[in-house]
Amino acid sequence: MISERYFNIAILALLIIVPTWAYFADEPFTITLMTRAAIFALAAVGLNLALGTGGLVSFGHAAFFGMGGYVMGILAHHAQTFTPVAEVPFLIEGTKSMPVIWLVSILLSAVLAWVIGFLSLRTSGVYFIMITLAFAQMMFFFSISWSEYGGEDGLSIYVRNSFPGLNTLDPIQFYILCLAILLIVLGAMARVVKSPFGLALNAARQSPQRVDAVGLNVKRLRLVAFIISGAITGLAGALFADLNRFVSPTMFSWQLSGEIMVFIIIGGVGRLFGPVVGALIFVALEHFLGGLSDFWHIYLGLLLLMIVLFGKGGIIGMICGREKSHG
Amino acid sequence: MSLVLIAEQILNGLQFGIMLFLMAAGLTLIFGVMGLINLAHGSLYMVGAFAAAAVAGATGSFLLALVAALAAAALAGAIVEMVVIRRLYDRDHLDQVLATFALILIFSEGTRWVFGSFPLFLDIPAYLAGPVTLPGGIQYPLYRIALIVCGLLIALGLALMITKTRIGIQIRAGENDREMIAALGVDISKLYTIIFALGAALAGLAGALVGAIQSVEVGMGEPVLILAFVVIVIGGIGSIKGALVGSILVGLTDTLGGVFLPQFFQLFMEVSTATNVGSSLASMAIYILMGAVLIWRPTGLFGNSQ
Repeated sequence: MISERYFNIAILALLIIVPTWAYFADEPFTITLMTRAAIFALAAVGLNLALGTGGLVSFGHAAFFGMGGYVMGILAHHAQTFTPVAEVPFLIEGTKSMPVIWLVSILLSAVLAWVIGFLSLRTSGVYFIMITLAFAQMMFFFSISWSEYGGEDGLSIYVRNSFPGLNTLDPIQFYILCLAILLIVLGAMARVVKSPFGLALNAARQSPQRVDAVGLNVKRLRLVAFIISGAITGLAGALFADLNRFVSPTMFSWQLSGEIMVFIIIGGVGRLFGPVVGALIFVALEHFLGGLSDFWHIYLGLLLLMIVLFGKGGIIGMICGREKSHG
Repeated sequence: MSLVLIAEQILNGLQFGIMLFLMAAGLTLIFGVMGLINLAHGSLYMVGAFAAAAVAGATGSFLLALVAALAAAALAGAIVEMVVIRRLYDRDHLDQVLATFALILIFSEGTRWVFGSFPLFLDIPAYLAGPVTLPGGIQYPLYRIALIVCGLLIALGLALMITKTRIGIQIRAGENDREMIAALGVDISKLYTIIFALGAALAGLAGALVGAIQSVEVGMGEPVLILAFVVIVIGGIGSIKGALVGSILVGLTDTLGGVFLPQFFQLFMEVSTATNVGSSLASMAIYILMGAVLIWRPTGLFGNSQ
């Protein structure tokens, strides 16, 4: 058994070495793949707070991923067509500046998570799974029927948005930006999980009655976790849209909600680096198996089935052994 | 807006709702008795539709196609239950969701492998084709009437089976206390396989019946699955009566909303904006309905309060 700390350091090294190699070997496509993995990892880190620490099985995180994507799409669309987003009640202009887009994505995803969480957390268990799924589906159909922003066809952005001091069109620079965000969020997560809030949330997953008896408000703990979780996934959505320079309703699709969950399960539920490992493996499988066979989802399905049935704890669980609180 | 149009749309909503019921009934039974959330239910719907399309293509008989759909879905359900699902009853919901998500991937890609990516078509049989004239001079497709009647008969049959037969007693007992009926000598694993196959057969039948008015393609099951989830959340998980009421509510809301909301907004907006706003709202209508029901009764209309 390898200590989880060393394993995490190895993953961190991988996130740095592979793109460095790709940069010097002039393999920009590998850098794009790594960027994709980093962004998926960020989305899953967000979900992991609700799912792993909070025990809230949200099958609707695509709602926030898509929300972030559409915030980027709509703001950049208005900036490139030189039209205002809204004139009433006051003038809102589009923008191509990443920091502004990120801030708006985080805020609006948090608001959406607040609404969805407020309604969904009235229930628990299977109801919660189905309701979060249904709300994401609602966003999906809404984005399809809202023809002003492309409807089913989605929105294309001609030039990637800008970040002060960087040339974001250069793959390696955009990757560094995404990696930096991922690492900052991971660092923050490591602290949140160990904070009083994180400990209470963890306890509420294991025994809500006891936490309630201690005098903490379980529902509010979960709602806050759900909001933070949604906001992080929303930020990932904005980055993902920027990576592709394209948003479409598929960012809201239920398959995407499922995939974000799959990243966490492959890597290891409730582990800090679980989502990162899962996203890396997923993107690698997608690339290599997808090149071998058009039907690579069959193999992904079989792998997932094996992990769920026989390998509890995901890849990290298999390599580093069980974590006590998730036994 | 004429009365005939309204009547037609109500019938459309009813037909949609009844087909949703066939899906939701299986889901809610499986959850009620085994405590399992089954995402692969939509795949069984697809299996039924593909089996029907293949058999109808080979033999030309619609009845044989329906029999094939029932048999193929029930068989697929029984096999999946014995190989995979059985291991999931004691697991938490997260594992169930992921394992059945994996099953969706396997079923969808497997079907694409066998049948290709192009949609298949299942024709309405000649004796059910064409419109009938209903009282009040409403012209309505005979096939859709047949769907409504067929679905209502199945609902009645299910209700009778659950209240009057021995297996129905076992199902109800299983919902109340699994350990106890196992202790009383009922072969619980056989009962679970039968219930799962029954739910699968209903889903397969729904797939075949709907396949004749839509195209039969990979991925057709999941949108219906998610709607069926909405239905059982509204109706209350585990309740067949709730599933029936929920399906009809969802069917009517979705159909009537799609037609009448854009027209409603036209009363005080320009035509193009009204169509836009109306159709956007209509696409969200059933989820708003679900949210409203949840605020009012968090465990659904007919669910047991926890």
